[in-house]
Amino acid sequence: MGKLRPMEGNEAIAEAMRQINPDVVAAYPITPSTEAVQIFARFVADGQVDTNYVAVESEHSAMSACIAASLAGGRVMNVTASQGLALMWEMLYIAASLRSTVVLSVANRALSGNINIHCDHSDAMGARDAGWLQLYGENVQEAYDNAIQAVVIAEREDVRLPVMNCYDGFLVSHSYELLEVEEDEAVREFVGPYKPVRPLLDVQNPYTIGPLDLYDFYHEHKRSQWEAYRPAKQAVIEVGKAFGERFGRSYGLLEPYFLDDAELVIVALGSTAGIVKDIVEQRREGGERVGLLKIRSFRPFPAEEIADALGSARALAVMDRAAGFGSGFGTLYPEVAAALYAGGKQVPVVDYIYGLGGRMVLPEEIHQVYNELAPVAASGHPEQLTRWLGVRE
Amino acid sequence: MAQLVEVRWHGRGGQGAKTAGYILAVAAAEQGKQVQAFPEYGAERRGAPMRSYVRISDAPIRLRCAVRSPEVVIVLDDTLLETEDVTSGLVDGGWVIVNSSASPAEVKSRMGSPNVRVATVDATRISLETIGRNIPNTPMLGALARLRPDLVDLEGAKAAVRATLGGKLSEAVLQSNYQAVDRAYEEVQTE
Repeated sequence: MGKLRPMEGNEAIAEAMRQINPDVVAAYPITPSTEAVQIFARFVADGQVDTNYVAVESEHSAMSACIAASLAGGRVMNVTASQGLALMWEMLYIAASLRSTVVLSVANRALSGNINIHCDHSDAMGARDAGWLQLYGENVQEAYDNAIQAVVIAEREDVRLPVMNCYDGFLVSHSYELLEVEEDEAVREFVGPYKPVRPLLDVQNPYTIGPLDLYDFYHEHKRSQWEAYRPAKQAVIEVGKAFGERFGRSYGLLEPYFLDDAELVIVALGSTAGIVKDIVEQRREGGERVGLLKIRSFRPFPAEEIADALGSARALAVMDRAAGFGSGFGTLYPEVAAALYAGGKQVPVVDYIYGLGGRMVLPEEIHQVYNELAPVAASGHPEQLTRWLGVRE
Repeated sequence: MAQLVEVRWHGRGGQGAKTAGYILAVAAAEQGKQVQAFPEYGAERRGAPMRSYVRISDAPIRLRCAVRSPEVVIVLDDTLLETEDVTSGLVDGGWVIVNSSASPAEVKSRMGSPNVRVATVDATRISLETIGRNIPNTPMLGALARLRPDLVDLEGAKAAVRATLGGKLSEAVLQSNYQAVDRAYEEVQTE
């Protein structure tokens, strides 16, 4: 049993990192994740961790140093957000392709322009095809729990992929909440020692990594990378279950909330899922069959599991906190719609683009979504597929 | 206590509204409550109006929006009364506690809302005389403890000040903060 302590999201990330005690952190702090790096740097300065902390001059260099340290055989963690993640972009692909096991916590924040420091999911969604696993936490506790699990998932021998631990900027990163902090020893035991596969510092067995790879083999290498996401899915499930057995809080690919008989269902990522839970409870008291499907693992994307979980749904709303410019939808909608189509589910799905640049999500707006879903379920045909929630027009 | 209590702090950047919100949350958590506290950031800078929010509940708190129906509003700077709608959403009979040298009646006359209860305390003077700096946030916790002891009592406020700031402040400065809390508790004026 851990100890309950009030803590900000960023502080919780730093606390998880202290307990995990990574070999290397190479960071360039950015709002709203700054405090996580700042607090962790103090742990380093105070000798509370053995981490080699590398102060770099940009996020591009931060990720480059993280990849090198990971491939050299180290356990590597980092924290960033928004423009910082965007500046890492080309290195993100390399991190995944070279099968590094970097764990990057991302305090989700809007991308410029215009300049905005608040929450949306544009940053991580921009990296969705880079090959990283992406877990989304709802609150401070989940950000902490996911940081610990991310290390285990990334380093599993059948996975060996980098993981992003996404938590909503300001909404979670700066929210002071009660966190169940586990014992240092218990966390260290859960993550275990890192056993790198073919570390570059094993000088007795030298090999080349990341060389020129043209049309004779690149295609096959991408095929083998493609295969890694199936065991990764299994790893997310198994590590989430093991975490629950050890610490009493279980996790999976998805979190269904009153879904068994739900007819009107909202699909959401991150802290918005918590607000939806409140509304689901209120409307359930009035006898309405409403539910929530929270997606915890966006990468690997649990397409089959989503189609299975939505068995009784008659209308769905996908909450999109990133505008997929030019697609006509947000970024989550096409994935959910494809999952349903591939799973043979004929359910009308409406997309709601909301909360960009930190626009607060109000309870009455979630009520509005359920209210608008009812006629969609009745007719089976939404008149308007993509809607903007809480927008002044 | 009702299931969910919301508190809103109005201050200017640098006055400690964010920290005060955290201290209140710590005090409530110590009583076994679920808590949430967060600041509302804009392009924050010293002296600019800002708000921080506290939610206290027996149930898990999952809302993430600004506090809109506070039972208590605490104003760290009475010059904000002219520029900020401090009584916005305040529940009927809710408290507005203002850092001001003026009387509650005078301060109330500057507000448009009749169904609120106004309390004043000169937290600036108290902080200058005890802590030696104009940091009105901890004395306002003393005033709150007087008016809403169900949210935080005097000892709980001081324990939470220690729990939150103990690592950052010397014992002498902590003691002067205790004095500030005590004096505001004694000196707060109601109508």
